[in-house]
Amino acid sequence: MMSQFQDLIAYFEDSGLAESIRENDVLFPLIESVHVVAICLVVGSILVLDLRLLGLASIHRPVSRLTAAILPVTWGAFAVAATSGFLLFISNAAKYLANGYFVAKIILICAAGVNMIIFHGISAKDLPQWEKEPSPPLRARLAGALSILLWIAVVACGRWIGFTMQELSQ
Amino acid sequence: MDAALSEFSKWLAATSLSHTIQTVGWIIPALQTIHILSVAVVFSSAVLVDFRIWRLFERDVPLPQVTRRFLPTIWPVLLILLLTGSLLIIGEPRRSLLNATFYLKMALLVVAILLTAALQASIASSPAFWEKDQSRRTAGKVPAKILAKILAKILATASILVWCGILFAGRWIAYTQAG
Repeated sequence: MMSQFQDLIAYFEDSGLAESIRENDVLFPLIESVHVVAICLVVGSILVLDLRLLGLASIHRPVSRLTAAILPVTWGAFAVAATSGFLLFISNAAKYLANGYFVAKIILICAAGVNMIIFHGISAKDLPQWEKEPSPPLRARLAGALSILLWIAVVACGRWIGFTMQELSQ
Repeated sequence: MDAALSEFSKWLAATSLSHTIQTVGWIIPALQTIHILSVAVVFSSAVLVDFRIWRLFERDVPLPQVTRRFLPTIWPVLLILLLTGSLLIIGEPRRSLLNATFYLKMALLVVAILLTAALQASIASSPAFWEKDQSRRTAGKVPAKILAKILAKILATASILVWCGILFAGRWIAYTQAG
């Protein structure tokens, strides 16, 4: 299992695409810039929802309608962030996997996803009963607060990767 | 000009504040993290309003309401950006002050600020004009309205492009710094 995973990683890292990103002076910063733009939109758009769940912003909008409006933006940006992130990753896969901040970032993104699934699947079952109220119940406020903290940590890890992968630029 | 900037950078790098930022390892990544999170807030606020103008976001909410919800946030967060950005410059003056990409970023920032302020002011000054925008049947028939909608879409597109340019330039500063 572990060696299959390593084979897969090596397969990507040895690909022509990975080599181009590694060798080309412009490609890496270009993909990195796209990654930053996308992640800013992911974090900023999710923050709109989180602040609504905390009862701090957009309080006159029903939660479900705000969610329906904002999630296409979030998922679109997330798709771009994940694709560009994957391209950056394969350019130096083994070194990224050996970087604690990279591993932490991936785990934190998964945690943010789990937080979202728990909220939509369990905590928000009775959403229609409270979604128009300015201040949602405690479990919704907790989900919002946890999401904000997780995404702050994701961005911090992303920035720390740059400072702990010395061969790459900061 | 370059010589003066080089002298100024040298002086700045010799200050005790700069020395602290340079030597305490976590300060620069921490400042950059706060800087990027603030960029995320400003960028998303501007872009969500631009998307609304293109009817890609919250089209069931009148534009003035969307503008009032998102654009005012930009101004205080810009102050955080100014503060963290200044500290980053003090920590590594040559990295930006002797770097053309940094000046490109600042020029684009001025354009973005003007675009955002223009959008915010023009929509806030005539909310009724944009409010009626909801019913498309009546809206499409008034020439002034058609023109205003086209102009708003041009400004929204320019805003998205300029903000993306700022983020790109920001990342590129790291790759174009003087040795």
